[in-house]
Amino acid sequence: MAAVAARELADGEVVFVGIGLPNLACNLARRTHAPNLVLIYESGAVGATPSRLPVSIGDPALVTGSLMVCGMADVFQLFLQNGRIEVGFLGGAQVDRHGNINTTVIGDYKRPKVRLPGSGGAAEIAIHAQRILIVSKLSPRTFPERVDFVTSPGQRVKRVITDKAVLEPDDKGELMLAALYPGIEAADVKAAVGWNLRARARLDRLDPPTAAELQLLREVLDPKRLYLKS
Amino acid sequence: MSLRDAVARNVRDGDVVVIEGFTHLISFAAGHEIIRQRRRDLTLCRLTPDLIYDQMIAAGCAKKLVFSWAGNPGVGSLHAFRRAVEGGTLEIEEYSHFGMVARFSAGAARLPFWTLRDYAGTDLPKANPRIKSVTCPYTGEALATVPALNPDVTIVHAQRADAQGNAQIWGLLGVQKEAAFASERVIVVVEELVDERVIRSDPNRTLIPAAIVSAVVVEPWGAHPSYAQGYYDRDNDFYVGWEEISRDRAELAHYLDEFVYGVQDRAEYMKKQSRLMERLKAGEQRCAGVNYGF
Repeated sequence: MAAVAARELADGEVVFVGIGLPNLACNLARRTHAPNLVLIYESGAVGATPSRLPVSIGDPALVTGSLMVCGMADVFQLFLQNGRIEVGFLGGAQVDRHGNINTTVIGDYKRPKVRLPGSGGAAEIAIHAQRILIVSKLSPRTFPERVDFVTSPGQRVKRVITDKAVLEPDDKGELMLAALYPGIEAADVKAAVGWNLRARARLDRLDPPTAAELQLLREVLDPKRLYLKS
Repeated sequence: MSLRDAVARNVRDGDVVVIEGFTHLISFAAGHEIIRQRRRDLTLCRLTPDLIYDQMIAAGCAKKLVFSWAGNPGVGSLHAFRRAVEGGTLEIEEYSHFGMVARFSAGAARLPFWTLRDYAGTDLPKANPRIKSVTCPYTGEALATVPALNPDVTIVHAQRADAQGNAQIWGLLGVQKEAAFASERVIVVVEELVDERVIRSDPNRTLIPAAIVSAVVVEPWGAHPSYAQGYYDRDNDFYVGWEEISRDRAELAHYLDEFVYGVQDRAEYMKKQSRLMERLKAGEQRCAGVNYGF
């Protein structure tokens, strides 16, 4: 999943990096095909080149050697709202048929079954980044027909990268099956999604991670397996 | 001034309290002192409540939480916060990060509200009716608005300050400048007290001027388990360990008994954990010199 997500990034792009797997994917891309990727963290680090995998998006390693460090008012106003961010990477507890993301609450807002962390910067990233990539493991619980709460609207979602397949919106914004991982069939993916998932007429097959990508992920970027749990 | 005196004089029951710092420079020392002084009915505001507000919620200091992301970064949940919200015992007022930043910006500029392009298509305005909108008088565009946040007291941890409170910060700057300027009272807690000449030698690095500071406190390691760039690293092991501690009420109470109520101040807290300093001490990465001459 990290390798597939990393391949979505083009060299030289300006990426707003979120916590967790997106962080790993961006740092993998930077060390493989996209050395000139500009990583911007909502904590204020611009052009970060972290020498260790940051556990949080406020890690001190993001500061050391970065191009610029600014306050958060500048991050949100001068970079994000200004339109300077090309790619935004988001994850979520729930992703629905239209790419809306919920990171706020499962159940009713006032009487939550599970209280999740909330938006952080995810609401405005989804609104302002030119292209949104979602990274999330596939399961019917994670991919319901409708999210319980829209934290981040789905209009700008371009790809949803899961651990079995990649989904893409059609021209009306409904997510469709677009590409499969090796050894995965369309039926496996449909069974793991909470709505009647349609598939593109021609499905792409994704290449497995290369030996070089695996070695970087497992030995260099995440040797403690903070994010690479499976 | 000691932190005990600074908190006793500046933090009162029922206050709107901000301890800012985005991952970096979070004044755990001040949070612990507020817990020890058993302040009650506080409205705690922060972008990321982090472990410090989780501890203050567990200790019974908070009536209300104003926030934008309430998790344990890279680890999972803040369990005291979750128990309180899922159990309906803590009032919440929720924004996004940009919304919180905008609230502090309005407060700092003494404007009633701030405008931002945000929230279209999200459910946040439904959950929080204080997020509203306004029509731009120039373009007719609908813009989201959030109300100014003017805390009673803001507490900021900084790397260094002079005795008057001119505080210098480097590394991640978060929203401390805006929060401090928005606040009625400001406590600055520093790793190091320096001579005014040191401050004057590098004025661009001053984030908070003495003019807005109510109290200056010297408290080395006062941000642990958060960090101070150039002084000590973030204690990621503690953040990971908090998952286990906070999951269980009794464990959490035991933690507070030992490390908050059970010590008098930060010096004693550090003495209990003598190996921390060795494990977390920052390496060297000096910047190139800057010529301020003319």
